[in-house]
Amino acid sequence: MIFQSAIIALLLASLVCVGLLIGSAPYAVDIIRHWNINSGSEKQLLLERRTYLLSTLLGFVFATQLVALLLFVFNADKMSSMFVGAMCAVGTLNVNAFGFPALFAQIVVFFLAASWLVINHVDTRACDYPLVRIKYILLLALLPLLLVAAALQWRYFLGLKADVITSCCGSLFSEDAKGLSGDAAAAPLLPTMIAFYATLALAAGAGFFYRLRQRGAYFVALFSMLAFIVAMAGILSFVSLYIYEHPHHHCPFCVLKPEYDYQGYWLYLPLFIGTAAGLGVGAIQPFARIASLTSIVPAVARKLATLAGVMWLLFAAVASFMIVNSRLVLLAG
Amino acid sequence: MIELKDIRKAFNQGRDNEFHALNGIDLHLPAQRVTAFRGPSGSGKTTLLSIIGCLSRPTSGRVRLKERDISGLPERFLTDIRRQTFGFVFQQFNLIKGLSALENVMLPAYPLGGDWHELRESAERLLGDLRLSHRRQARVEWLSGGEQQRVAIARALINDPEVIIADEPTANLDSALAMEFMDILEKLSAGGKTIILTSHDPLVVDSAIVHQVVDMRDGRVVRHLAMAEASA
Amino acid sequence: MHAWIAKQQYLIDFTLSSLARRKAKNFGLLLVYTLIVFLLASVMLFTHALRHEAAHLLEGAPEVVLQRMVAGRHDLIPPGYLERLGRIRGVQHKEGRLWGYYYDPVVKANYTFMVPGKENIATGTLVVGAGLARARGLAVGNVISFRSYAGNLFPFSVARILPQDSELVSADLVLMSEGDFRRFFDIAPGYFTDIALSVANPLEVRNVATKLAQQFPDSRPILREEILRTYESIFNWREGIVLALASLAILAFAIFAWEKASGLSAEEKREIGILKAIGWETGDVIKMKFWEGALVSLAAFLIGYVAAYLHVFRFSSALFTPVLKGWAVLYPRFELTPVIDGFQVATLFFFTVFPYAAATLVPIWRAAITDPDSVMR
Repeated sequence: MIFQSAIIALLLASLVCVGLLIGSAPYAVDIIRHWNINSGSEKQLLLERRTYLLSTLLGFVFATQLVALLLFVFNADKMSSMFVGAMCAVGTLNVNAFGFPALFAQIVVFFLAASWLVINHVDTRACDYPLVRIKYILLLALLPLLLVAAALQWRYFLGLKADVITSCCGSLFSEDAKGLSGDAAAAPLLPTMIAFYATLALAAGAGFFYRLRQRGAYFVALFSMLAFIVAMAGILSFVSLYIYEHPHHHCPFCVLKPEYDYQGYWLYLPLFIGTAAGLGVGAIQPFARIASLTSIVPAVARKLATLAGVMWLLFAAVASFMIVNSRLVLLAG
Repeated sequence: MIELKDIRKAFNQGRDNEFHALNGIDLHLPAQRVTAFRGPSGSGKTTLLSIIGCLSRPTSGRVRLKERDISGLPERFLTDIRRQTFGFVFQQFNLIKGLSALENVMLPAYPLGGDWHELRESAERLLGDLRLSHRRQARVEWLSGGEQQRVAIARALINDPEVIIADEPTANLDSALAMEFMDILEKLSAGGKTIILTSHDPLVVDSAIVHQVVDMRDGRVVRHLAMAEASA
Repeated sequence: MHAWIAKQQYLIDFTLSSLARRKAKNFGLLLVYTLIVFLLASVMLFTHALRHEAAHLLEGAPEVVLQRMVAGRHDLIPPGYLERLGRIRGVQHKEGRLWGYYYDPVVKANYTFMVPGKENIATGTLVVGAGLARARGLAVGNVISFRSYAGNLFPFSVARILPQDSELVSADLVLMSEGDFRRFFDIAPGYFTDIALSVANPLEVRNVATKLAQQFPDSRPILREEILRTYESIFNWREGIVLALASLAILAFAIFAWEKASGLSAEEKREIGILKAIGWETGDVIKMKFWEGALVSLAAFLIGYVAAYLHVFRFSSALFTPVLKGWAVLYPRFELTPVIDGFQVATLFFFTVFPYAAATLVPIWRAAITDPDSVMR
């Protein structure tokens, strides 16, 4: 392991979050087993009070995950000077087999936690708390995933050795690299661009369509998920090139560096918010038929769908702005 | 206005010191009337008052407020209803020390997030109505007992509730101030507010403004008196 | 949305007045909190500035240095090596260097004697580092004598004293002419301490090193990027050790915060009871307490960070210079270039605000679930 403050901070955070969630699991089980909204017994009143604690805890864990995700990428980027061959976060994450899985797990946890909070929000607005059991069962289902994410992170950090020679974005995302990311980098430009904008238009369109008609909620979620993947591929294959003004530098992390004026944040912020909001729309849809939620779910979903639509438009606009403003010319004519 | 059906409240359930504060209360509290609960301490009148005012939930039984069953509502929604419907005046006044009279009056409206200027105006108007304009910036601990109670009344009225609930409102006041309080209550009652109070002060329960008196003992209603002569 | 913002404003307003009403209690917390931030921020700013300084210094260093090894020990480069280097592709410039160490029994310190590559120094004169000048009480024009390892006494006059701003590395530096150096250390002409090579293309550095290793099997090439990497991990490691030690302090602080948050006075409990009775909800109280924590954290963070900044960059890290800087007898006295790094602020935030928030979560909830009818009992 490399002894470094940011790593210690991240490990500490994951330890505390896992500890808090494991600590709250028995409470969640208790609620699942004994919840009875119609009872006025002291037990029920106690359970009800605990829901406040659990909501607050989850909000805290979620916020921490968000900051930890940022710090994780940030730190990976910083540490690149410590590994032979690493120029940015890609090289650092490649030092051992757990780097990228840890990152992906953290992103997944982030989106799932966001969806859980949306479900929680909807539930607490209905006066009979109709989703209490489902909500806490979902929470228990989320727990192993968080454990996996934390374990991957521990394995990754504990396995870091400074004398490892790693390969960086130059080799991983170059056109002749094998695998999915290499394919994304090597994809022909024009069709990729068309697919990129078409998917973004679909995602934004689904959001605004839901806002107008309150229909197609699952499409909002589906297209948002799809758009997230396509947007990442798009950043890899051409948006990054325009930012770096270099025809062969495919890297999703270097855009976050100060050398490029932190432009990446303008891309990633709408991307992550849009995806989380879009997924939230889908997450609450199964409960739209519950009597006390018939008006709440569409109202909340409408707000989220609008947010998702705006974010996808914003993302497309930011990406286009970067492409137009770049001095690099990839498409002639 | 408020209907109670077989209300029971138990504390320390399932333990040795389990005790039942209310043992099946059936009651109807009409709108725009003054109801007084009378009984020795420990008779359950304060517990009943807190259930009526949505401060706590009954262990069993039904509470209906304006035709709506609110017995099974979680705290979040009970609080919502309480804010819109009830104003409270407590025996100890329960003002927050260190804050001015005006701030104390404004406190119940904070969670609603209304416009600050409007809120401040209505708080000043209420204090003015209760002859406290000149003391509005004073910290509440510098006020006399009578003034403190008037601040507490203004605070109870800030969200324009339909029902005023007062728990032993005159217990800490001398006779002159108690009379003054009853005058204020009379005005509020005449203004259309429903008033529910507990007291064993004859000055209150025998007062002409009380429409019905409910006698309680051991968590049960022992007598329900309608005061015919008090019709307004 | 508007009502939501207004509500937060009301809650913040109430929180501020409630903090002001309990000055003594909150001041204690703020003090300890600020101290923790100050301590950690000082360590981080200091090591970061050192790291920055080292990287900055190495920018001017040669990409590759070639040392000759004899029996696993560093030895002099014999004549002819420099000429044989000429044919390696990618090497832009090469130069034999002369430098060495000298122990001065007067101040019991080691000096670095060196022949500068570019500057010409007149025979019989020296250019000395500021730390050395301070220790020996030297001024320009003074004469100082050193006894060589052969036993002869060499008098020199001080021509110049090096400026303070680079003192971290030049404190113990003595620059002299090539002739003086060879006479003083008794090194024959043609011999050098090592060879410095500059390589223009960073991608070529490894190739050059490989070729050097093949061509001179008795020598070892040292790469600048490797030195940088070593520095980086040494500084990171030191910072990490300090932070690991500081984690005990953080733990103590978290327990302190927990206790402060759960040890509500009767007065505070009554206040929360009143708020709940007059129409505040559990969630409102939690939000109010959240703002309280946020405001305290923000204040502690700002004050602590600014204080640490002043401590490190204005007052030369007076508190822990001896611990972190090294073991040299001649302490460099220097001003670090102020460097602030967003990444570092984020890390610091994790070390201070995060434990505080985690420690106060449960106590806040406990306070917030006070029964609304408690004030009637």
